[in-house]
Amino acid sequence: MDRYTQMFQRLESEKQGAFVPFVTLGDPDVETSLAVVEALVAGGADALELGIPFSDPIADGPTIQKSAIRALGKGVTPRDCLAIIHRIRERHKDIPIGLLLYSNLVLAPGIDEFYRLAAEAGVDSILIADVPLREAEPFMAAAKAHGIEQILIAPPNASQATLQQIGELSSGYTYLLGRAGVTGTETAADMPATDLINKLHEVGAAKPILGFGISKPEQVKAAIQAGAAGAIAGSATVKIIEQHLDNKDMMLTRLTEFVAGMKAATNK
Amino acid sequence: MSKQLPTKFGEYGGMYVPELLIPALDQLEQAFIDAQQDPDFQQEFKSLLNDYAGRPTPLTKTRNLVSNPKVTLYLKREDLLHGGAHKTNQVLGQALLTKRMGKTQVIAETGAGQHGVATALACALLGLKARIYMGAKDVERQAPNVFRMRLMGAEVIPVNAGSGTLKDAVNEALRDWSASYQDAHYLLGTAAGPHPFPTIVREFHKMISEEIRAQILEKEGRLPDAVVACVGGGSNAIGAFADFIDTPEVKLIGVEPAGKGLHTHEHGAAIAKGTKGILHGAYCYIMQTPQGQIEESYSISAGLDYPAVGPQHAHLHDIGRATYESVTDEEALNAFQLLARKEGIIPALESSHALAHALNMADAAEEETLIVVNLSGRGDKDLAHVQQFLKGDAHNG
Repeated sequence: MDRYTQMFQRLESEKQGAFVPFVTLGDPDVETSLAVVEALVAGGADALELGIPFSDPIADGPTIQKSAIRALGKGVTPRDCLAIIHRIRERHKDIPIGLLLYSNLVLAPGIDEFYRLAAEAGVDSILIADVPLREAEPFMAAAKAHGIEQILIAPPNASQATLQQIGELSSGYTYLLGRAGVTGTETAADMPATDLINKLHEVGAAKPILGFGISKPEQVKAAIQAGAAGAIAGSATVKIIEQHLDNKDMMLTRLTEFVAGMKAATNK
Repeated sequence: MSKQLPTKFGEYGGMYVPELLIPALDQLEQAFIDAQQDPDFQQEFKSLLNDYAGRPTPLTKTRNLVSNPKVTLYLKREDLLHGGAHKTNQVLGQALLTKRMGKTQVIAETGAGQHGVATALACALLGLKARIYMGAKDVERQAPNVFRMRLMGAEVIPVNAGSGTLKDAVNEALRDWSASYQDAHYLLGTAAGPHPFPTIVREFHKMISEEIRAQILEKEGRLPDAVVACVGGGSNAIGAFADFIDTPEVKLIGVEPAGKGLHTHEHGAAIAKGTKGILHGAYCYIMQTPQGQIEESYSISAGLDYPAVGPQHAHLHDIGRATYESVTDEEALNAFQLLARKEGIIPALESSHALAHALNMADAAEEETLIVVNLSGRGDKDLAHVQQFLKGDAHNG
C-alpha cells in the first residue's frame, strides 16, 4: 500500500484531516534545511510537501520566491535537494513526501532520469507547477514507470472536462487550489470550497488537500469541514524561516509550534 | 480537448503554465480564431494599422551604405510606424481581441519599453486600463519610455525580483494574470510564451512580410535573395519571415545578440549557445545551467536581452528553413553609426544587429545579391545609451 493511502486510512480511523507543511529545500542552507524538516515532523506534520528552488517560479508569490533565492544563493542544486530527502526518508519510513517544482528542473536531467532519481531518494509524489493536464502525458508515464504518484491540480475555474480527467488520472491526492493567483498569505483562500470538493468526489478524484492562502488553524478547520481531506500551508511556514534567519533555535521552535497548532485544527 | 490550432512547432512550444491559466489561454485562442474569420474585426484592425499607425511602411533602397556594386540592400521601415517600432502592429490586434473578450484591463511586460509604449498607446486609444511590468533596472535605463507610458495613462510597475530585467517582468506579469484573468488580458509582447501567443503574434505581424513581397516585386521585379531580421524573442523576425516560409528561394536569416562575444557568458544568443528547455510556458532554446536554472542574458540592446527564443524560430532553425547568426555589441554599434552617417536614418540598437549582419553579407557577396533588412525600430530611445557608450570608448581609446 502506498504511503498516502496508509496516511488517509490512519487519519480516517483517528477522525482527523491531514496537515501538510511546505518548505523549499536548501532554505536557508542544506544543513539547516534538514533541521527545518525535522522540526515540521516533530510538530506533527502528516505529510511533507518540499520544493526544489528554481530561478523563475511563476506560480509563487514573494515569500516562496525569496526562499528560492536564499537557497540558490547558497548554490543548492536539485541533487542536493534529493540528498536531503534521502536523509529524511532514512529517519522517517512512513511519512509521505511530495516534491513540488517547475518543469525545467525535471527536463534538465531528462524526465525519466529525474523520476528515477526521485524514487531512489524516497519521494512518493511529484507536482509540477507549470505542467497542466494537457502537457502531463510524458511526466505521468515516467511517474508510473518509477512508482511515483503524479499530483494533479484542481483550480477553482476547472471545466467539467478537466475535472473528469482529474477523476480518471489523479492518484496520491488532488491539490485543490483555494483561490486563483500565486502562493502567498496576502490573499486568503476562498471558503468554503464545498462545491469543488463535491465535484471532485463525484468524478472519483484522489482525496483533495486544500492549498494557497492557508495560514491559520481556523482555515484548516474550515477546509476539513468543507470536505477536504487536509490542508497545505506553504508561505506561512516559509515566512517563519524568513523571520528567524539570525536565530536558528528560535526558527525551529516556532516551526514546530506552528505545525502543532495547525495540526490540532484537523480534528473532525 | 481537440485544439483548433496546432500548439507546437515541431517539438517546440506548448502550454507549460499552471492549470489555472489554461481556461484564459483557451478563451484567447477561441477569440483569435473567431476574429480571424470576422470581416468586421479585420476591417477595424486594418483601418487602425493604416490610418492610425501608418501602414504600409516604406521599403527604402539604401543609396550610400553598401560599397559592393553587386549588392542591393533595402530597409523595411518599421521604424516609421507609430510608436517607433513594429511592436504597434500586434499590440493593436491584441488590444482589439481584449475588447472582443469583454475584458477591460491589459497586463504587459516590457524590456526596452517599446512594447510597453505600444501597449500604452493602444490602451489609451481603445479605452483599456494598462498595467505594465518592467524590471527595476530597465525602468532606470529607459526613463524616457517610462515617461511616455505614464503620459499615455499606463501604470508602470517596477519589478525588483531576480535580475530586475525583462525575464523577471514576464514572471511578474504571469503572476498578476493568474489572479486577474477574468477581467484582464495578458498582452504578451513577443513571439514566445505559451500557445496561442506565438501564433497570434506571428499572424498580427505577418503584414510586414506580405508588404515586403509586394513592394520588392514592384521595385525589383523579383523576390529578395535574403530577408534579415534581429531575434530576441523573435516577433519582428517572425513577421518578416512569415509570408516567405513557403518560398524556399528566399533565405531567412535571424540575427541574435552576441553581446560581448559568444565565448563569454555575456550574450543573448539562445539558439547559438542555448539548450532545449521550458521558460515562460514554452519548450524552446533557452540559456540555462546544466541543472536547469535560467541564466541571465546580456545585450547592449534591451530589446534583445532575453534568455530564450520563440518556439517557431527554434523549429525553423532545426529544419534548416531559417539560419541564425549573431552579432556583437560592437558590430551593432558600428552599423548604428554607419546608417546614421550614410543614409540619415538612426536605427534601434536591436535592428542594428540585423543591419550589421547584412553588411557582412554584402562585403562577402560575389554574385548579384538582393537583401532586405527589417529595420524594426528607430533609435531615438537609444541615443543617451549610445552616447554614453561612445564616450566610454573614447576615454578607453
